Amino acid sequence: MDFDIASILAIDGLASGAIYVLIAIGTVLIFTVTRVVFIPFGDIAAFTALTLAALEMGRLPGTAGLVVVLAGMATLVEVVALLRNGRAHEIPGALLYYLALPLALVGVVWLSEPLYQSSMVLRILFSLILILPIAPLLDRIVYRPIADASVLMLLIVSMALHFALVGLGLLFFGPEGVRTEPMTDAIFEFGSIMITGQAALIMFAAVLFSGLLYLFFDFTLIGKSLRATAVNRSGARLMGIRPERSGTIAYIVGSLMAGVSGILIAPVNTMFYDSGFLLGLRAFVGAIIGGLVSYPGTAIGSLFVGVLESFASFQSSAFKDVIVFSLLIPILIWRSIVSVHTEEHDEE
Amino acid sequence: MSRFTLRLAVLIAVLALVGAPFLLGAFTITLMNYVGIYALVAIGLALLTGVGGLVSFGQAAFVGLAAYSSAWVTALNGGSPWIGLLLGIVITCAVAFILGLITLRLQGHYLSLSTIAWGLAIGFLFGNVEGLGKHNGIASIPPISIGSVSLVESWQIYYLIWAVVCVVLLLVYNLLDSRIGRAMRALRGGNTLVESLGINVFWIKVTCFVFAAFLAALSGWLYAHLSRFISPTPFEPLMGIEYLMMAMVGGAGSPIGGVIGAAIVTLLKNFVQDYLHYIIPSGTGQLEVVAYAGLFIVFLQYARGGVVAWVQQYLPATAIPRPSQATPLARRDKPAAGTPLLKVDQAERRFGGLIAVNKVSFDVNAGEILGLIGPNGAGKSTMFNLLTGALQTNSGSITFAGKDITRTRQSNIAQAGIARTFQHVKLRPKMTLLDNVMLGAYPRTHTGLFSGLFRLNRAEEASARYDALQQLERVGLGDKPFELAGNLPLGNQRILEIARALAADPVLLVLDEPAAGLRRGEKQQLAALLKSLRDNDKLTILLVEHDMEFVMGLVDRLVVMDFGEKLIEGQPEAVREDPRVQEAYLGGTA
Amino acid sequence: MPLLTIEDVSVSYGKVDAVRSVSLQVEEGQIVTVIGPNGAGKTTLMLATIGLLRSFGRMTFMGEDLSRLSVEDRIEKGLCLVPEKRELFAEMSVRDNLLLGAYTRYNRATINNELEAVYERFPRLKQRHKQDAGTLSGGERQMLALGRALMTKPKLLVLDEPSLGLAPLIVREIFHTVASLRELGVSVLLVEQNARAALETADVGYVLETGEIVQSGEASSLIHDPRLMAAYLGGH
Repeated sequence: MDFDIASILAIDGLASGAIYVLIAIGTVLIFTVTRVVFIPFGDIAAFTALTLAALEMGRLPGTAGLVVVLAGMATLVEVVALLRNGRAHEIPGALLYYLALPLALVGVVWLSEPLYQSSMVLRILFSLILILPIAPLLDRIVYRPIADASVLMLLIVSMALHFALVGLGLLFFGPEGVRTEPMTDAIFEFGSIMITGQAALIMFAAVLFSGLLYLFFDFTLIGKSLRATAVNRSGARLMGIRPERSGTIAYIVGSLMAGVSGILIAPVNTMFYDSGFLLGLRAFVGAIIGGLVSYPGTAIGSLFVGVLESFASFQSSAFKDVIVFSLLIPILIWRSIVSVHTEEHDEE
Repeated sequence: MSRFTLRLAVLIAVLALVGAPFLLGAFTITLMNYVGIYALVAIGLALLTGVGGLVSFGQAAFVGLAAYSSAWVTALNGGSPWIGLLLGIVITCAVAFILGLITLRLQGHYLSLSTIAWGLAIGFLFGNVEGLGKHNGIASIPPISIGSVSLVESWQIYYLIWAVVCVVLLLVYNLLDSRIGRAMRALRGGNTLVESLGINVFWIKVTCFVFAAFLAALSGWLYAHLSRFISPTPFEPLMGIEYLMMAMVGGAGSPIGGVIGAAIVTLLKNFVQDYLHYIIPSGTGQLEVVAYAGLFIVFLQYARGGVVAWVQQYLPATAIPRPSQATPLARRDKPAAGTPLLKVDQAERRFGGLIAVNKVSFDVNAGEILGLIGPNGAGKSTMFNLLTGALQTNSGSITFAGKDITRTRQSNIAQAGIARTFQHVKLRPKMTLLDNVMLGAYPRTHTGLFSGLFRLNRAEEASARYDALQQLERVGLGDKPFELAGNLPLGNQRILEIARALAADPVLLVLDEPAAGLRRGEKQQLAALLKSLRDNDKLTILLVEHDMEFVMGLVDRLVVMDFGEKLIEGQPEAVREDPRVQEAYLGGTA
Repeated sequence: MPLLTIEDVSVSYGKVDAVRSVSLQVEEGQIVTVIGPNGAGKTTLMLATIGLLRSFGRMTFMGEDLSRLSVEDRIEKGLCLVPEKRELFAEMSVRDNLLLGAYTRYNRATINNELEAVYERFPRLKQRHKQDAGTLSGGERQMLALGRALMTKPKLLVLDEPSLGLAPLIVREIFHTVASLRELGVSVLLVEQNARAALETADVGYVLETGEIVQSGEASSLIHDPRLMAAYLGGH
């Protein structure tokens, strides 16, 4: 391998690493705030790509149907819970929040078809609008009834949820692979190193959104309340910060990041309904390098996974996934040793 | 429910299994073959996840290792399936052993994540290794033959599969009721207690893990020779989740639950396949996954306990006879009264910037009751954890019976003869009083995995059981040995911890706030018990207490700690009159 | 009407009762203390009051039934707990910790003034306002926990073992602060092991032993009860 090949592999790896950064940061955010290891963020990214592709073809994407179904289920679950707890007076609010709001988002996209035919920016915007409600609705349906369960139980549920989503993906999006229009065909040259515009865009987006998240955490009270929930859940509750609300915000922010990554990867890789799994898992390896708590650690870890994968597939494309996932074990051992473990987590 | 009805139920179940091929159609028998094969994996998971609390997503990879091993031996190299079985078991157990050595020290969810990692890595391996058929798999695997009979027909291999399942169930139930099995049952709920009982948590976990992999290997072997064709798909993580689902639906922790869970999940899948296309004509394949992933989630939300636990609450408890007299277990020699037993020298422990124990020194002499007292936050509990090995000192040394134990592993300290109780009671609430106490006898007993599986441990079990009953009687809890520990009032739970500590036949008994939460009368009984242990059993006792009234009439000497330092040491009366102690206890506003 | 009424309240862990049919009251402007030995159920009772533990029996706050209210609802109504473990946001700055105290209040204009008021009460927090809460000393942590609780503008402040693990000088300061809360119109329910200090500060005292109230009365009379004080010192 000479320098040229190495640099091509490195840049390729950094670009896919940047995609993983966006997904991994969402994973860390959700884990710290809700203790859920939300494996389906990869699926969210894939669904966003498929949504964008459908909009490009002038079709109403399957996401609309998915959101409507989930909104219906979430409303049902919430109303039943409210009735059981004798809080019937809160039902109108719940209807507005869990039913009317998601349906309104779908309606907006549906009605504005002529608008997005003309503009890529609007298509991207509408894709994100459609994708954002999914994770918070899943949170309401799937995780909130067992919010007090152990991390392990939540992890098992996440794995099951991921498989359910893959099935739903096939149902709503069909088996065809899609590739969206390139956003830019610019190519930058630095000496003998070439960087495609798309790769540059991906890396820029990773930096931009990480920066925005930092500002959100540091300068807004809502951002601080999220951190507070992550740092000390019961302490946050004692300040009147509702963990459910923090969770919803975290799911929205995480979905936004995952959605952006899906949009950025769609012109480069052909996306299928089940492409999210490996995407999510590689990002997840990155998140674990960050100990599922540290954002900078996660970013470095995700970039590392991207570069490793790129070099591994050059050496032996058949075994690249074996290499990436085998690598996870030493990382887990290292994280387990450095993390402070409290016995209470083990109590059943 | 008496033992007789239990045996009758087992007999009827076995007869039903034997008769099934005569009564049911070929398709149902095939389905039952798969139930049996899945059940083996699920039984292993019930042990691993339900009993031991180790959640594994990777069992499908173990099944695959054995299936591929046997396929390689038979279909590719023309060997006998029995050689395939041998190789499958050896490879699977070896891989499990190595993976176990590497990953079983991981904490909590890191461990489960690692099972996803190696589950995926091994899963990818099957489809990519040259010589194993890649994604096309391996076809024309020969059937298993026993003697000259080749198990080609569905009903023929049915008998082999279910015979294996029945034998495995029997062995696993034997195991759970043995010394190693009790240690496995104690794993769930944190390591501190288990280590403090002299049990090497890591090796118990490795044993449990390899045993579950062994069962997965049996399953993989049967699978390869039943379906006669293998490809990577059934050994990927999706199937790993399905196995987990079977174990949990049946009721994690219950081996028979593994069988029931495998049956429910398999039949349910079959049902979904059959009927889903009536509801939605197109795209049934994907909806199947959605349907049972959805059902699994709903199940976890509403019935985490599983089917067996649910049924059990309607069944009467099985009557167990009280343990009868047996050969007593060997006892330790106690050191002569007055000789120094434990020496703490300049022990120091910091947490970040906070010094919890600051250069504390004291001795405990054989045959005395020493009280370690001080206000809340004085560092008593930290001191306590240092000398039982639950925490490591930053500097200074601790010597027990002439041996330096400053850096000794907690379980080894326990084996050396220090038994402890906990300030926040640590019991296994879902085990009986007797089983909880028998856990304490672990270092005094010796039978291992194989004796447990094949019931070669009867004599020792009888002795340990009788000894445990005696300890329960001694502390006054002997009337209901088969009550669950979690049902005791808090005060009695503390007393139960003392019985458990006594079962270890310790030289030094260390008690962390034993009187907390006890009523006045109970405190007096406890004091009487401790005095009798000192006077009649030559036991040395170190007592960490907050309750001065309780301590005063009981101890021979007192050590007072305040703000991490030793304030004073001496006779109880002298200590009480000391103005510094008064200040520390009454607070500074006076 | 009393501010807080606890009537015949029991709390159990599984089948084990930790608190058995306890009743007590806090009047507006009062400081009420619950004293008792380790393991008596004091912390359990406080956690049930704030809603972190399920309880049976009747609890009202300002006449309103608490049973259907979540922890967060109770905070919004003006109940606030400073738990035994303080539960600070260790990896966040002192200032952020205090700001989060005001999370439930929608009028954010006055927050800076309130922040200044807390800094005035605890000047040491001002000096350390940029430091992470996790780096503070034990006494400073307790001050921050108190300051953060005051930022929620509570009507009733529940304090669980505020003197735990603190040096005598700081204990004195903390109790001085507690006493001065009367002037702010904040009522206090104080749980303490440090019986004498607690009774000297409080108006009314209750003694909790093995989950039950065994004695109650004016704090000034309890403090002179020789039997009670003996129980805490041992002997006679």
